[in-house]
Amino acid sequence: MIDPAVAEVQERPAMLELVRDRRNVGIAGIALGVIAAWLTLPPVLTESLVAPLIVAAVAVAAGVYAILGNERRVGWGAVAAGVVGAAGAALAVQSSSDHLHTVFVWGALLGATLRFATPLVFAAIGGMFSERSGVTNIALEGMMLTGAFFAIWGADKTGSWAAGIVIAMAAGGAFALVHAFFAIQLRADQIVGGTAINFLALGVTGYLFISIYGSNGTPSLSDAESIPDITIPGLNHIPPDRFGNFLNDAIGQLNLMIWIAIGLLFVSSIVMFRTPIGLRIRAVGEHPRAADTVGISVYGVRYGAVTLSGVLAALGGAYLSIGFVHSYNENMTAGRGFIALAALIFGNWRPFGAFGAACLFGFSSALAQRLGPAYGSQYDTLFQALPYVLTLIAVAGVIGRSVPPAASGRPYKKQ
Amino acid sequence: MNERPPVDALIPPDEVPPGNVPSVARRLAFYQRAGGIVVPFMTAVLAFVMGGIVVAVSGHNPFTTYWGIFKGTGLDWLIPGLHASDAATNLQQTLIVATPLMLAGLAVAFAFRCGMFNIGGQGQYFLGWYVAVIVGSTFTGLPGPVLIFLAITLGALGGAAWAGIAGFLKATVGAHEVITTIMLNWIAIWVGDYLFGVNGPLQVAGFNPFSETISDKAKLPVFWGDPVLQGLHIGFFIAIGMLVVYWAVLNRTTLGYEVRAVGFNPEAARYGGISVRRNYFLAMAISGFFAGLAGAIDLLGWKFQIATADIHQSQIAFVGIAVALLGRNTALGTFFAAILFGALLTGTSTRNDALTIFSPELAGNLSLIIQGLVVLFVGADVLILYLWNARRKLRAGPRKAQA
Repeated sequence: MIDPAVAEVQERPAMLELVRDRRNVGIAGIALGVIAAWLTLPPVLTESLVAPLIVAAVAVAAGVYAILGNERRVGWGAVAAGVVGAAGAALAVQSSSDHLHTVFVWGALLGATLRFATPLVFAAIGGMFSERSGVTNIALEGMMLTGAFFAIWGADKTGSWAAGIVIAMAAGGAFALVHAFFAIQLRADQIVGGTAINFLALGVTGYLFISIYGSNGTPSLSDAESIPDITIPGLNHIPPDRFGNFLNDAIGQLNLMIWIAIGLLFVSSIVMFRTPIGLRIRAVGEHPRAADTVGISVYGVRYGAVTLSGVLAALGGAYLSIGFVHSYNENMTAGRGFIALAALIFGNWRPFGAFGAACLFGFSSALAQRLGPAYGSQYDTLFQALPYVLTLIAVAGVIGRSVPPAASGRPYKKQ
Repeated sequence: MNERPPVDALIPPDEVPPGNVPSVARRLAFYQRAGGIVVPFMTAVLAFVMGGIVVAVSGHNPFTTYWGIFKGTGLDWLIPGLHASDAATNLQQTLIVATPLMLAGLAVAFAFRCGMFNIGGQGQYFLGWYVAVIVGSTFTGLPGPVLIFLAITLGALGGAAWAGIAGFLKATVGAHEVITTIMLNWIAIWVGDYLFGVNGPLQVAGFNPFSETISDKAKLPVFWGDPVLQGLHIGFFIAIGMLVVYWAVLNRTTLGYEVRAVGFNPEAARYGGISVRRNYFLAMAISGFFAGLAGAIDLLGWKFQIATADIHQSQIAFVGIAVALLGRNTALGTFFAAILFGALLTGTSTRNDALTIFSPELAGNLSLIIQGLVVLFVGADVLILYLWNARRKLRAGPRKAQA
């Protein structure tokens, strides 16, 4: 039997460890910086700056504490979060509560975040397979664009969104095969090859778009040609009512593809980390020679992974054109493939990490979309830059340094 | 200068571990020796042939299309007695487009020599636009040459600063320059859209999303053709001068030596006492300087004013990537590649009414496809060398059989 006093002594260090670990303090500081800004927004909506500034100061203090303990990245992250949080709070206190109420409808913001994040999730998961197998894929952008065009073309020709998706996946896979051939077989530089695929995708989709649809743009899609929304009934009866039908606004009416993307997270996570296939992909990406020695076909695995990445990126593009925007215009992906790549790096080449990062970028897009109308159209365009600024900060690695798969970007030569 | 070993000597050839593949720079150096001028030439030919196949597949005649494009470039001006009446204006147009392409090509090439890939030329080019239009329309009291010098220099420095952000992030936290420069492109686009857009702080009075027009004094003098009809301006010579500067900096200065050493092998360079971080930052900033210069010269040479729609449409610095790769990152190669792509862009542009057989929008996308193919094939030097060697073997084959 254990003496209760002894048990208490044994437990206490565990609690202390949690506070002593300066990394945890730093992460708490980052969270406090976010909370400082959040306090000035609905539903709390403090009118005075006192409380947010105190919270922000605590965040900065936590950051300094972490920096002194050599947790520099997290520490600086907390300091930055505290400063940005205080600035955001100061801005929010200045503006009228009417504006804040129109912008910060949390349910709608969450829904929009998921809508903007979904194309990124598909492309990022695709990129994960490619990069984990050792092939850098900056051609995600082009494959996504190909998917967007061929989805709408396929849906338009066949009259069915499902057929559109299949055609988009095939087209994205075909472009990925070209990238795979040049990167794997010909051992071309993967960044240069990826750039070439992006050019080609832009040219080919633009060429086909003009020669098929001319200057009129794509025809409007019928219901059978668009990916349907999934309506979940009865959500508006579930509290908390104070947030204004939070659940209903957020997930009551989301596109089918959003749910598929969330399902894909679980599936890809299990495949990558719990199955022999995933183990092989990772082995090929970390140490191709060792994988080759034990009889794994390095080329075969890489071909498969790169092709899969193209198929998934094209799915993201298909969602964009026939699930989200319901039309197509030239270069409509607008750098989303690159943001997906940043999300992948930010998320440490893991599905749920990438999802978190994609949601961050999705949130900034959603916020930009709502801020513009509320504060005047001239700011509309300025807020459009927000996701890109955030990506820049994310890649600069404020929070944790990412370690890529060891052989990523290196062609392999069989002996 | 003589005691410095050649860059190749820094890396003993047998030091590369098996299964490890040479860097981009190594690879480029390799086929520079192996392929000479043949590789880029064949690359271009192959890309044009495949572009022709695309045209044929979509139901147009590739020969008449290419002939139409060729007439549009004005290059027929060089053939006495055969050229059309508008050949001179077309050729001026081609050279006007080739001017920023040379500089944008240098922007990519310089970073490449340091082992980096600068895809952010477009954003740096826009910074050149923004700064030049602000300077050219604000300091109108200055005498013409001073105003032009100020606008061009500050525009180029704007590009250098913009690229410097990516270089700084690469040097300090190791952020990949491909992603950071692309993000900086989009930030430059939206910031420009905000500045010169409706109700933006720098919008011209009225309701149109335009910037102010620069003062007449700030416009670059035209030396060939009618200034009213966009004749060829002296920016062309600035670009040529920069090709020489590029060559001299890379091959005749300590900075160039260090940049190339880092590009060949950062580890070896570090071991040799070269600050890799400092060179990453400097190479990126110099690279941005070229791109910013391209933007400033374009603005003072023929644009004079920014419309926000132009910001979203301009692709000129992306073409610079293809120019640099096809020109194999050399000054002379960049010159010829810029002329080629300048001709391609002019020949396929919407202003070219010789293209009645083939709509200009289609032709514009065709030039994108050809660019893509060029980049693809240049990246895969192995393919070109393989084809070349196969041909040589074919030719050598019968001779061996005789012996």
